[in-house]
Parts: sequence; C-alpha cells; structure tokens
Amino acid sequence: MQADLNIILPEIVIAVYAMAALLFAAYSGKDKLASMLTWLTAGLLVAMALWIGSSGDGARTAFGGMFNDDGFARFAKVTILLSAAAVLVMGKDYMARRGILRFEYPILIALASVGMMMMVSAGDLMALYMGLELQSLSLYVVASLRRDSAKSTEAGLKYFVLGALSSGLLLYGASLVYGYTGTTLFSGIIASADGHAPIGLLLGLVFVLSGLAFKVSAVPFHMWTPDVYEGAPTPITAFFATAPKMAAMGLFARVVHDAFGGVVSDWQQVLAVLSLLSMFLGAVAAIGQTDIKRLMAYSSIAHMGYALMGLAAGTAFGVQSMLIYMAIYVTMNVGTFAFILSMERDGQPVTDIASLNLYSKANPGRAMAMLILLFSLAGVPPLLGFFGKFYVLRAAYDGGLAWLAVAGVIASVIGAFYYLRIVFYMYFGEEREPLEKNNSPVLWGFLMASAAIMLLGIANMFGVESIAQAAAATLVN
Amino acid sequence: MTIAALSFYLFAISALTGGLFTVISRNPVHSVLWLILSFISSAGLFVLLGAEFVAMLLIIVYVGAVAVLFLFVVMMLDVDFAELKAEMAKYLPLALLIGVILLMQFGLAYGNWTAAEGAEAARAAVAPEGVTNTAALGLLLYDKYFLLFQLAGLILLVAMIGAIVLTLRHRQDIKRQDVLAQMYRDPAKAMELKDVKPGQGL
Repeated sequence: MQADLNIILPEIVIAVYAMAALLFAAYSGKDKLASMLTWLTAGLLVAMALWIGSSGDGARTAFGGMFNDDGFARFAKVTILLSAAAVLVMGKDYMARRGILRFEYPILIALASVGMMMMVSAGDLMALYMGLELQSLSLYVVASLRRDSAKSTEAGLKYFVLGALSSGLLLYGASLVYGYTGTTLFSGIIASADGHAPIGLLLGLVFVLSGLAFKVSAVPFHMWTPDVYEGAPTPITAFFATAPKMAAMGLFARVVHDAFGGVVSDWQQVLAVLSLLSMFLGAVAAIGQTDIKRLMAYSSIAHMGYALMGLAAGTAFGVQSMLIYMAIYVTMNVGTFAFILSMERDGQPVTDIASLNLYSKANPGRAMAMLILLFSLAGVPPLLGFFGKFYVLRAAYDGGLAWLAVAGVIASVIGAFYYLRIVFYMYFGEEREPLEKNNSPVLWGFLMASAAIMLLGIANMFGVESIAQAAAATLVN
Repeated sequence: MTIAALSFYLFAISALTGGLFTVISRNPVHSVLWLILSFISSAGLFVLLGAEFVAMLLIIVYVGAVAVLFLFVVMMLDVDFAELKAEMAKYLPLALLIGVILLMQFGLAYGNWTAAEGAEAARAAVAPEGVTNTAALGLLLYDKYFLLFQLAGLILLVAMIGAIVLTLRHRQDIKRQDVLAQMYRDPAKAMELKDVKPGQGL
C-alpha cells in the first residue's frame, strides 16, 4: 500500500491541497481569497508538472494495475497541468471584473486536474470512469459558474445532460466488455482479445468509444460543443479547449492501445470515420460563424479530428504524432484564448468577429501575434501547427490510411478559409467602432509567448518530438 | 424449472417492465412508482446472486431515499410534461428507427454470445465462502478498490461544492435572526419607561 501511495503522490498532493484550501477559504475570507487561491493553485499545478516531468522514466503500476505511471501518462499530465495553470492565471482578471471569481473556481479546477490525471493513468475500466466523472462533474459546475446568465446556465445544463448520456453509453459498453472478458482490468481485457474481436466485445468497444468520442467532441458526438463554448464564461471556455481535450485524447489512446491493442483493425475503422467526419464538419460549419467562441468550438472539433487521425493509424508513431499534435494544439489555444480574453469594448467582453475590423491599426503587435497563431491553427507552413498536421498525416499514411490523409489535407484547405477570414478582418477590414486597448500584461505575455513558440519551435520543437516518441513507446508495444 | 430460475425470470421481467413503463407512462408520478418496482426487482436479482447487502442497500437508499426524492421533485416542480412529450413526439420516428436498429444489433450480440476463455473464472464470486457479505464488501472497498473508493469520495465532494456554488445566495435585503445579538441584549437599554402625566403628551 505504501508503495502504491507513493506512485499516486502528485494526485494526493493536489487533492489534499484542494480540500485544505476549501476548508480554509470557507472559514475565512471566502471570495476575498479567490485571487490568492487562483495564484496558489496555478503555482501548485506548475510545481506538480515539474515534479512529474522530472521524475525520470520507467513504468510503474499501482493498486493491482488500476493506475499506470508511465512515460505516456507523464507526458499527458505535464501538458494538462501546465495548460490548466496557464488558463487559471490568464482568466483571473476577467473573472474578477465580471464578479464571478468565486473561491471555489480554482479548487474545482484543481479537482478536475486530479480527475484528468486519473484518466490518462487509468488501467481499469472503473478507474477510467471515476477519473472521467471527477473531471466532467467539475466541468459541468464551472460551465454554469455565471449563474445569473441564462446562456451560462444553459451551457452547464446542456453539458450535464449530454454528458450523463455519454457516461451511460460508456458504462453500457464497459459492462459488455466485462461480460465478455470477466475482468475490468485493461491487462485482462487485452489478454483475452487477440486478432479479431467477437461480436460481444465489439459492441462493448463501440459503446466505450462512443462515450469517449463525446468527451473529445468528435462528430457525431459534438452537438454540445458550440453551445457550451459560447455560453460558458470565456476563461472557462479556454479551459475546456485545452486541458480536458488532452486528457480525453490521452484516455482514448490508453483505452484503444492498453485494453484493445489486440484488435487494432476493429477500432481503427471507427476512429477513421470519427476523424473524417470531425475534420469536415469542423471545417465546413465554422465558415458561417460570427462569434469567435463558437468558431473556436468548431475549430476544436476539426483539430480533434486530426488528433484522432494520428490515433487511427494504430501504430506507436500514430500515438507519437497524436501527442505532438495535442501539445501544439494546447499551446496554440492558450495563445488564441489570451487574445479572445483581451477583446473588449467599454469594459464589456466582445466575441463578435466583425469587431476585429482593422485591429492591426490600433494594436500592430497583438495583431501580428494573432496572425501567427491563426496561420498555425490553419496549418500553414512553416509554423509549428503545420508540423503537427504533417506528423498525423504521415502517421495515417504509414498506417495504411492514405485516403484519410488525403481527406485531411482537403479539410485543412477548407478550414484555412475561416482562419484567414479573421486575418483579413484584422488587416483589411472596413472601419468600425474599434476595440478598446487592453493593457493586461498577463494576457499580452501568454499571447506573445504562444506566438513565439509557434515561430521558434520549428527549429527542434523544443525536444517534444523525442519525448513524445519515448512516451508513445511505453504505451504501444 | 427450479425455484431460483423461476424467481430470476420473475424479477428480470418485472425489472424490464418497470423500466419500460417508467419511460412511457403519461403521469410522471406513475413513472416514479414504476421506477420503484424496477428497483425492487433488481434488489431481488441481487438476492439471487447472493449479494443480500447490496440488495438491502438498493431498497433503503434507492427506494427509500432517491425515489422518494424524485417523487417530491415531480410533485413540487411545475414541469409541463405534456409539452415535453409533444416535443418528444416530433423525434419519435427517428428515435424508433435508431432503437429498432440497436435492438437488432443486441439481438445479434446476445444470440451469439460467447465469453472469452477464463472469463467465468476471472469473474469472482459475489462473496467468498465463509465470509459475510458486509465483511467481503469492506475488504474489497478498503483494500483492493481503495483508490476507486477514495475517488468516489472526491466525486461526491465535487457534487457538494457544485450544489453550493450554483445555488447558495447570500441575500442582503432580508432580515435574519441573530441569536447572539438577541441574547446579549441588555434589558436596561432595550426598554425605556416613561411616566406620562395625565393631561400631557410626551
């Protein structure tokens, strides 16, 4: 037991911190402490990320195989924790000015992080479900944090009801898998399914994948995404677009390789279809959007399609490309949302794309950084976003899914339109009422850092490539 | 047919019937009552498995608390179920189509059901010989499934925080009772005696 507890020590530290902070804040300053707690939580998450990142390699399991601590989990956890911390710091000012910086907010984010860490480490169907629910439940609450706004409440409720439905699908699939194999441990499932899945296991697999596809908002399980992104307060939307996506993709990879690694051909076609539909719907449906948060929702659907394409290859290189893609995606989204958070007029947040008309005149620096990020999101070479796409396309091609790779290129060309449209507005639009100059140094810093990474990362990707390769190797064998 | 098999089919059929009528009854109160039937039948199934503690929990917690809570909610909230039903009727053909397809797929799966080799052995018995149900559950929860048990606790904590964050409202415009202030009130200061002379006002 002692050894087991040592392995999950980072999770324990965050959970205990969350509970202690909750007690402390409830009995003392309440919401007056929220600002301090936000900084503290962000600091703790960064510290845990550094700790996990530097804890060396080697794979360990705890609690009879229910918890995996391997290179793959560590890669995902570092990405999750850093992006969660970045979003906390970024959104603090925005939340405080709208009067929704409650002291529970950073605590819920910390607990959601524990859930996400459990998800990427899960080695058992039950542990998977527990992690997933811990994360989802926290997200449902923060989505409707602005409770006097009908839109925010609607977002939370919609997310909750559809999330409960997807959990139901996942659980039904898990029960079928248990019925076939007699165990919920991934190691037991992979041992009893080799070559071709019999129909019982196949149905279970499809249900589990449907439940997971909901969490990564892959088409046709994406319906909640635009409404939730639009309705939730912008810092929360930024959170939804980063850490939980990484966690859900990590969980996806964990399930298909750790539990169903013996029946690759069976889930490969499911993932390929999910990926194809997500890329095209994300690219086409975003064209008509006028709200930048809705646009980012469709953009995230399309990006999940590309990440799933890497996974669909079914190889170690596929997992590596997925990890690289997700790391780049999360970095780009942190920068883009730092920009969206700074969009305001008369102290009110603005999310209309048309308000960006001639933004470059007033703020040349910010407009340039956003231009780099948008080009990177669209996958224009030589920016980092292009390399992310390049990796998944190559993985799909190597994995025998050349048709999917071709479709991916076509979808990316369609998708480039709406990113470039924003650039067009910023540089060549017509004169309109301009946005206010927002002088928050935090947002400026995140925007510039993210854009700089997109430019400088093309040299060697800051070594992420080899780390992702080692991480993928621990998952696929 | 043995008594055990007979009662299995009895409980299984009534659980399914209860579930079906929960969904299709017109009156939401009836729905909750059907749900209770479904819970009780599942409790019976647990008894047949030898898991009597879980069966009793199901009756005490689900029937005794959750279903009663549902009843309160259904009776107290003024939800226009007729309107909801009309909304639902629009999607009925599509839903039926999906339902029928799913049903056929399940027919395929269960009609041809094979479990993996060793699945029967891997699936542990409900309670080991010579150990009572409660003791067996305790051993599992606090030992083998310790991690999951603690995580379930965290999930409940999040649910509690969520309920408080989303509903607790400190209203400033209402008067509250302050017991301490009441107790510390000094009678000498609270009351003032005036001697009013006849024929004079204050």
